[in-house]
Amino acid sequence: MAETLLRAEGLGKTFSSAGRLFGKSDPGVRAVDDVSFEIARGETLAVVGESGCGKSTLGRLLLRLIEPTSGTVHLDGVNVTELSRRDMRAVRANAQIIFQDPYGSLSPRRRVGEIVGEPFEVFEPSLNRTQRRDKVATLLEQVGLSSAIMDKFPRQFSGGQRQRIGIARAIALNPSFIVADEPVSALDVSVQAQIVNLLQDLQEERGFSYFFVAHDLAVVRHFADRVMVMYLGRVVEIGPKRAIYDTPHHPYTQALLSAAPQPDPHRKTQRIVLKGDVPSPRRIPPGCHFHTRCPLAQDICRVERPPLRSIGDAHQAACHFAVPNPIPLSS
Amino acid sequence: MSLAVPTVPVVRSPNFLQTLFTGNLAVTAAGVVIMIMVLVAIFAPFLAPMDPLTQSVFKINQYPSMEHWLGTDQFGRDVLSRLIFGSRNSLIVGLVSPVIAAVIGTILGVVAGYYGGIVDRLLTRLNDAMLSFPELLLAIMIASVLGGGFWNVVGVIAVAFIPGFARVARASTLSVVQEPYVEAAVAVGLSSPRIIIRHVLPNIAAPIMVLLTLWVASAIRLEASLSFLGLGTQPPAASWGNIIRDALSNIFGSPWPIIGAGLLITVVVLSFNVMGDALRDALDPETQS
Repeated sequence: MAETLLRAEGLGKTFSSAGRLFGKSDPGVRAVDDVSFEIARGETLAVVGESGCGKSTLGRLLLRLIEPTSGTVHLDGVNVTELSRRDMRAVRANAQIIFQDPYGSLSPRRRVGEIVGEPFEVFEPSLNRTQRRDKVATLLEQVGLSSAIMDKFPRQFSGGQRQRIGIARAIALNPSFIVADEPVSALDVSVQAQIVNLLQDLQEERGFSYFFVAHDLAVVRHFADRVMVMYLGRVVEIGPKRAIYDTPHHPYTQALLSAAPQPDPHRKTQRIVLKGDVPSPRRIPPGCHFHTRCPLAQDICRVERPPLRSIGDAHQAACHFAVPNPIPLSS
Repeated sequence: MSLAVPTVPVVRSPNFLQTLFTGNLAVTAAGVVIMIMVLVAIFAPFLAPMDPLTQSVFKINQYPSMEHWLGTDQFGRDVLSRLIFGSRNSLIVGLVSPVIAAVIGTILGVVAGYYGGIVDRLLTRLNDAMLSFPELLLAIMIASVLGGGFWNVVGVIAVAFIPGFARVARASTLSVVQEPYVEAAVAVGLSSPRIIIRHVLPNIAAPIMVLLTLWVASAIRLEASLSFLGLGTQPPAASWGNIIRDALSNIFGSPWPIIGAGLLITVVVLSFNVMGDALRDALDPETQS
């Protein structure tokens, strides 16, 4: 395994609303609960899970766009969670983010050249205007745009083009780590493939690592090196892409994969339909978070949290009864 | 990398003034009215046919004539000249007070909205307390403590308007701060003051500008009310407000001051309101081509 770039340990975030004047105090929403993992240099770790499982929050915790309530993040050996705000700003050159919403992520009143050139103003203030424009032009061409668009406003572009502008901004300072927060889910299907390929090409050229938040399992299968599955703020399974897709151990992963549409209409697969809804993150069940919907749940699941256990080569699952395919996938 | 991306055709985007005035007669008319009024106020001494302060017992309450186009008031002063000179005080109040209020209110609102927490709570509570008084009442209270006089009234009206601007600025800031482009600015390492100047202020400018034009009108009205109550422009100096006040007791003797000043206030207030609407549309980035 290559050198570790990023290490998260026991990362947690509880959002608490301000204490009310009257009435009971609010326990808050535990969006991310004791999450630990590592990302190697040049690797793509994809995070999947349904809406509200904390995957986007986790991405922002890694960059300290949201302050974690507990745990640490080491990037390139530096513990970024204990840096002061000022020191943190210096680290930001090395860790960037690509947003889901290509419309909201570009200020409507700034020109493309100003948006993409902003990182240089912060980190390379000695550059004069012409030098900065040259750099921006190179970046725009690298993401497949014309450098002539520099003086236009974001509203003049399509979603895919805007996403390219956002990518140019993210790679401007040549970071070694990029959080891609569902970078293609807001785009037309025809454009999604182009953007995914662009992200891959850039990774090959520059060798950065992705923390790739997604809910499209097909995109993840194409893109990721390793996959991490989250449910209600916790990691339920993590492992190499092949292991997760071929031999999922956690019943939630199995259900998630069985719900993905099959491109081949003749191949019949058994859908695992989970009972009920995801519990409210305000009232997370004790023990294993998944026990309220799990077909395998036993008494122990209601009391004891299952630790992430190694079940194969770099493959871990958090289930008391983790076995490969305990539910028959075909009947 | 050779991904074929259709380049956007080069269209020269129309500049701001073009957007503002294109195809709307009412906006053009409002702009012309405001221009004329400002010019009249500046060149009042050259335009006024008579001295606005000269009284004459022989000429009281006259009807319009070739000599006095809008008649005379109960002291025999020329109404037209008083209206022309009165435009100075009214427009100064109308422009200066809201601008002062907008600057201070925006700073307070943005700071409260951006930083949140205890700063926000303190500023917002203070603001709520001030908002719970009608502007006129607030202005009367402050003016009666500080005393009347023209420049005091300018300040008093500005203070009375600060809470409104602060509230709009705070609310707009709260919504802008949620936008991913602000998060993106944090992610590229911009400092908070820079984020506020670069990303927050330009994106809350539209509602502030619109509020500003609306309150130009309110300020002229408020000055008129304060003058009417004897707290604003002190006699014998003229403002549209105190022209109406002086004439009110004599409304049947000579209605011309009230008609003239009333019409002017109406037209100017209307013009600023029309401009406010047009500004809102012109400043909206989504409606620009």
